[in-house]
Amino acid sequence: MIHTADSTFRLDANAVDYIIVALYFMVVVGIGLMARRQVSTSLDFFLSGRSLPAWVTGLAFISANLGAVEIMGMSANGAEFGMATVHYFWVGAVPAMLFLGIVMMPFYYGSGVRSVPEFMRKRFGTGAHLVNAISFAVAQLLIAGINLYLLATIVNRLLGWPLWVSLVAAAAIVLSYTALGGLSAAIYNEVLQFFVIVAALLPLTIVALHKVGGWEGIKDKVQPGQEQLSSWPGTDLTGIDSPLLSVIGIIFGLGFVLSFGYWTTNFVEVQRAMASDSISAAKRAPIIGAFPKMFIPFIVIIPGVIAAIIIPKLADLKETGKGDVKYNDAILLLMKDLLPNGMLGIAIAGLLASFMAGMAANISAFNTVFSYDLWQQYVKKDEEDTYYTRVGRIATVAATLIAIGTAGIASNYSNLMDYLQTLFGFFNAPLFATFILGMFWKRMTATAGWTGLVSGTVAAVLVAFLSEDTFGSASWGVLGVSGQGASFVAAGAAFVVDIIVSVVVTSFTRPKAEEDLKGLVYSLTPKESLVDPDEVHLPWWQSPPKLAGVALVLVIILNVIFW
Amino acid sequence: MAANGKRTVGLFDIRFIIGGLIGLYGVILTFLGVFNASDKELAKGDGLNINLWAGLGMLVVGVAFMAWARLRPVIVPDDAESTDAP
Repeated sequence: MIHTADSTFRLDANAVDYIIVALYFMVVVGIGLMARRQVSTSLDFFLSGRSLPAWVTGLAFISANLGAVEIMGMSANGAEFGMATVHYFWVGAVPAMLFLGIVMMPFYYGSGVRSVPEFMRKRFGTGAHLVNAISFAVAQLLIAGINLYLLATIVNRLLGWPLWVSLVAAAAIVLSYTALGGLSAAIYNEVLQFFVIVAALLPLTIVALHKVGGWEGIKDKVQPGQEQLSSWPGTDLTGIDSPLLSVIGIIFGLGFVLSFGYWTTNFVEVQRAMASDSISAAKRAPIIGAFPKMFIPFIVIIPGVIAAIIIPKLADLKETGKGDVKYNDAILLLMKDLLPNGMLGIAIAGLLASFMAGMAANISAFNTVFSYDLWQQYVKKDEEDTYYTRVGRIATVAATLIAIGTAGIASNYSNLMDYLQTLFGFFNAPLFATFILGMFWKRMTATAGWTGLVSGTVAAVLVAFLSEDTFGSASWGVLGVSGQGASFVAAGAAFVVDIIVSVVVTSFTRPKAEEDLKGLVYSLTPKESLVDPDEVHLPWWQSPPKLAGVALVLVIILNVIFW
Repeated sequence: MAANGKRTVGLFDIRFIIGGLIGLYGVILTFLGVFNASDKELAKGDGLNINLWAGLGMLVVGVAFMAWARLRPVIVPDDAESTDAP
């Protein structure tokens, strides 16, 4: 990690670039001020009054995820491993988003819960709820710190402001719009951010393609060879030598467990769909989001692949494994080398937008879980609605201040991205197993809920210790997996152990009464309550199952083209 | 939920905001692309005047969003009431 400004990455930004970036920030703060006038109840503040159209929540849905890890991490992966990185999108994210829309969202939205932990409480009682709510809140604070740190690092590298000034300035802006306008402001900004990010990355991709000589140019020059351009079996990506095991690792570990776990139980994501105005709009949100999501690899991974060809320093790094640049810098190096002033300003605004989106998403999810699930549930139960809105605002301020502190912790880690992926595996994989079992198996008991969660997490941590490098030198190297392959295996283990423990514990404990599980378990929920009455009359482009079918066909076609 | 009677969300419509910002960026970039494209800058992009092309593209997107918002305004519905308000 670089703590002082590094001249390698100083971009020659001029007045026009600064104006472009300033315009963006003015609009961001303006949205917060405007949204404030429209906030009247706590439901408005936390879930946007459940009144946003599906295309807005759908774009916010992927924009909340289009943060530092996505842009820097995936372009880095593209530079290092080539097209196999598309699995994160076409095997991972898109199928998971469709599954969330069709299968899980009706339960979340229909049961009237305001957060994912609250669903946990209704289904499994307070034991599982408390475990889930606290671990989620803590994780959000840590991740917000990581996003804030990356944001400040970029400001520091690009514009040369001291790191602490960048940190405080970035925190102040995120705070001003989330505290003022709540989720509406965060979501509206995320939608805006999506377009600014695309406006930054699409032209960058076009110039890079032009420079390298189009797809043919990539094919000719990509190193170490053509296998970088086909996505299967992805042995470079997983670090698993056997092609068969590598494919299994990608499909089960990355695709089924990690991605389904992340997209279906991560409240940062689900919260955005919950802000919709009807069940079918809530189902549509992730499905609509899946369409742009499947094309994001073209503006994130392809530039990474090209950067490894046309940026001499990166090409050296790839050939020799040594150098003073990192794969994480791929996008920045491309910007520096290819973009003229003007477009450069847009690109900087896009990156800043992306990192702020990540942090704002963490903060707004944190304040909902803190206010509803921790404060209202365990501290002060029956206060007025305005009281909880105020608690939410205070929580937002506190979370931002704490994030400045956790950004300090984050600055001590040199392998931030791997660390973050590993954390997702620890918490999301067992959560997904518990959810899926609890939703479809009415006998599953409350005790099984929390014991499954805890043992799943323990299993993932154990795999991380057994792997070669997940915990750095603290790992024992008993299992021959490392890097991203290790996090796929850890996630798979967490899932399997969670299921086994849940089944065994259930057979020894008493299930909840069936009437308490109505609306929470598939077989005990009247089918009518999972769909809007008029859903059958919707045209195909508004009907969730048909829209999901179209998305699925498209993503299969993409998978085949880049086989 | 301050919905009383039929009213549009007006300028708060996110489409106006997106269209406005992207459109403004389009104007700035197109201007730079036409009047400020030095050989040195062009050489960076291997002869491709990216400011001009990206600027024109953003102009089109910006105008399209404005037109969409103007032609299909969002009406705030009366029944935007949630049943589970705390």
